Amino acid sequence: MSQFDDRIPLPPTSAQTTNLTCHFCIVGCGYKVHKWPEHEEGGRAPQDNALGLDFTRQLAPLQACLSPAMVNTIQDNDGSRHHIMIVPDKDCVVNQGQASTRGGMLGHLTYNGKGPSASRLTQPLLYRGANWRESPWENALALYAGLTKKILDEDGPDEIYFNLFDHGGAGGGYENTWGTGKLIFTGLQTQKVRIHNRPAYNSECHATRDMGINELNNSYEDAEVADVLWSIGNNPYETQTNYFLVHWIPNLQGSTVNKKQQWFPGETVGRGRAIFVDPRRTTSIAIAEQAAGAENVLHLAINPGTDTALFNGLLTYVAEQGWLDSEFIAQRTNGYEQALSANRLSLEDCSELTGVPVAQLIQAAEWSYKPKASGHMPRTMHAYEKGIIWGNDNYRIQSSLVNLVLATGNVGGRRGAGVVRMGGHQEGYVRPPFPGGRPAPYVDGEIIAGRGKILTTWACDAFRSTHNAQNYRAAVIRRANIVREAIDQARGASTAELIDIIYDAVTTKGGLFVVSIDIYPKPFGEAGHMMLPATVPGEMNLTSMNGERRMRLSEKFMDAPGSAQPDCMIAADIANALKALYAQDGNSAMAARFAGFEWSSEEDAFMDGFNRNENELVTYERLRALGNNGVQLPVTGLENGLLVGTEVTYTERFDTEDGRAKFQPSPWNGLLAEAQQQKDKYPFWINNGRVNELWQTLYNDEHVEFRTSRWPMTLVEIGSEDAQRLGINSGDVVELFNDYGATQGMAHVEPTIKPGQVFMQTMGRNGVMGDLATTAVDQNILPYYKGTWADVRRVGDMGLSRTVTSKRRHFV
Amino acid sequence: MSLSRRDFFKVGGVGALAATVAPGTLAQPAAVPAGNAVLNHPATLVAEISGLRVNQPVSFNFPDSGSPCQLLKMGREVPGGVGPDGDIVAYSILCPHMGCPTQYDGEARSFKCGCHFSVFDPEMEGQQVCGQATQNMPRIELNFDTARGTVEAVGVHGLIYGRQANTL
Repeated sequence: MSQFDDRIPLPPTSAQTTNLTCHFCIVGCGYKVHKWPEHEEGGRAPQDNALGLDFTRQLAPLQACLSPAMVNTIQDNDGSRHHIMIVPDKDCVVNQGQASTRGGMLGHLTYNGKGPSASRLTQPLLYRGANWRESPWENALALYAGLTKKILDEDGPDEIYFNLFDHGGAGGGYENTWGTGKLIFTGLQTQKVRIHNRPAYNSECHATRDMGINELNNSYEDAEVADVLWSIGNNPYETQTNYFLVHWIPNLQGSTVNKKQQWFPGETVGRGRAIFVDPRRTTSIAIAEQAAGAENVLHLAINPGTDTALFNGLLTYVAEQGWLDSEFIAQRTNGYEQALSANRLSLEDCSELTGVPVAQLIQAAEWSYKPKASGHMPRTMHAYEKGIIWGNDNYRIQSSLVNLVLATGNVGGRRGAGVVRMGGHQEGYVRPPFPGGRPAPYVDGEIIAGRGKILTTWACDAFRSTHNAQNYRAAVIRRANIVREAIDQARGASTAELIDIIYDAVTTKGGLFVVSIDIYPKPFGEAGHMMLPATVPGEMNLTSMNGERRMRLSEKFMDAPGSAQPDCMIAADIANALKALYAQDGNSAMAARFAGFEWSSEEDAFMDGFNRNENELVTYERLRALGNNGVQLPVTGLENGLLVGTEVTYTERFDTEDGRAKFQPSPWNGLLAEAQQQKDKYPFWINNGRVNELWQTLYNDEHVEFRTSRWPMTLVEIGSEDAQRLGINSGDVVELFNDYGATQGMAHVEPTIKPGQVFMQTMGRNGVMGDLATTAVDQNILPYYKGTWADVRRVGDMGLSRTVTSKRRHFV
Repeated sequence: MSLSRRDFFKVGGVGALAATVAPGTLAQPAAVPAGNAVLNHPATLVAEISGLRVNQPVSFNFPDSGSPCQLLKMGREVPGGVGPDGDIVAYSILCPHMGCPTQYDGEARSFKCGCHFSVFDPEMEGQQVCGQATQNMPRIELNFDTARGTVEAVGVHGLIYGRQANTL
């Protein structure tokens, strides 16, 4: 960011321009990175700057998306200094020139050793004597590989634990999932791995995949032409902002009717409608009403955890009405009758369980499934996210939803339809097969139980992103301290001696050696013993795909901070160090397990991973040629040298042996037991989710003054009645507590929050919602984060109301 | 979403009726030496406080005719407020996200942008309540002249949408 907040440097026409996909949410907006020498500047005349904009006069609205947060000054390793400007790409079909408040910060967050980036990890750090000391990579790797080898040789792979990203974007991407996957699954062959946001190595979408349908099965354009958009446990304005603003809102405003007429001749079309399933009135619902008119938006404010009942009731009703796609059911599915029979639930019972009036259930069914005036079935898109994924029995809810979608033919190539998760991060998964079974080991529970000797947390922070988090955190810190005490006594020890000392602490004393590989020091890493510095897109080349499977190459435009390396290259360094140790032992069989990491750059990791395992047509060069629009996976071929992709999947076959999608019986079964116990005991349901201005675990945001001034503490929304009864005002600090833990946050009184409910920001800065989340999981160890009940008390006024707005976040 | 130039000017004029003073330039400041880190803003008379009504915006342009702003008397002391009650504030009303003119919602006591639904709080120095901008609303620095009972605009904190610098 410039030292001035009232002017910005303009890129000259000679500026270097590269492509960057936003690091953060799944939407993956396209950005242009302009880079030019520090002492040059573009002119205000349109022909004199790389933006082609006329700054000699006031720009008209919507002509640009540009702020001081989009510029920065950086230094490359050769000492040369440059301005950079990272602006949304008008030619990218995803965001069409718009930035969200998160992506709009990319420039500000770029490393220059000052501002938010001053906190970046730049060198390996080792804990020694109550202090962190910089270490050469070879020393850190010698300790890491030596200890890992000792544990592997003495105890086997089941004592080697990982908390591991599995996504795209920053801290992920095909290069890095492959590098880590090859090290951990092929080399180490451990199954004691958990994913960044949950306590085991599992899919958030096992059910839909078992039914033959991958969760990303349509295109963003489908949201423009749908008759009805379902948003289920999903708040797209705050979590997939530009997908919502650029592709949903125009449909709700009626401005895509022409497109619908062109695409669907002879079919009744009109302004899109939206149905939200959410116990809370979200900012998205308010905005949808503003865009579409309240009469075109339906809010099914279900009782927490009753989604399964909702979809089973709707399935029963549409079957009774005959609003089915019988031809589709007959030709492209199996198991309809069994699922219907098992899941049958009357509208009255559905209403009783969900709390949604029968009239609203019927209205939702009529909008979504009743044949249109032209006789065509409505095109209904079903989008879901954490309300289901972290819901009451993930597997069962997802089965019930997909059953309804299959029965009405709203997946399998139909435009304006689909049953899709909205997504959190971008995706970028390519790994050798996970060596464990299903369900996978409950890794966080094992750490609490004292198992495991080395735990590497890689680009994630389980202190903020697990359930039963307070107990987990306490166990990690207690066990890490045992190792710290041992290290403190190891004065003057060589690396070999240190390995023996640590091994003794983790073997005979219950200790745990904790390593963090990340871009910032985080509380998890700071509790441990070693931190290794990694990179973000732009400091490396990186490929990912977004929520419509659109794969792009983010191009490197600057050097990494200090000696930081791409995660895939860190994995390669570890593998090569292990290979060398086994070669020294003369153990060629084990050395061979760590072979194949002779990579000189992340591009080598890409070719070894995605190119060799997913699609040999896809190369950096071919992705670069497609810029920020990239290609939608799967790639089917080449045309005039350009990659050809797939807009909508499953036009002919689903992912099953016979190509037919499978219905799955999933009758309503009440709340998971641990959640029900807390509900019976505590008065408040603790709803939780993201907040628009904050990304993931706030790893960047907590270093950005613009964020911390708005959100100095974790948000806790509480309704007016409850707030008044408890003497709580906006800006007060409140404590939330139950049998699992206690945490705190900053109250914000929001009149539309129902009595007996609060909403808490997930993965907060100084209040961790997971501290209250029970150990309830579904059959695949997917936590029921949303199934949290607790009590709330006022702590006091810490003066936050003097600097933090108390205004309503809702547009209307 | 698109917004015609006509809409832009229409919206920009909202609240103009509440103004009781024709905005004008008071005085040219002394010449700023080259290299000075402060941009040269002409001090501009915005309002006489006797004509201000609580929670009713007054439109003016600052630092030039291309930049629509609004002044508000909030009726209670607020951060950055001037005047005898410390309650007078002013902002560039172009949304710092993409420049659509924000509307003042007197009931919510917030500025709201109809293009991408951002909300800003004039009672907290233009803080973004919820939205897509990467800076708060540019705040107009005001001077209150006790003797004359007038408020003048003298500077801007934050970059006004659609400009390389706040002065053209």
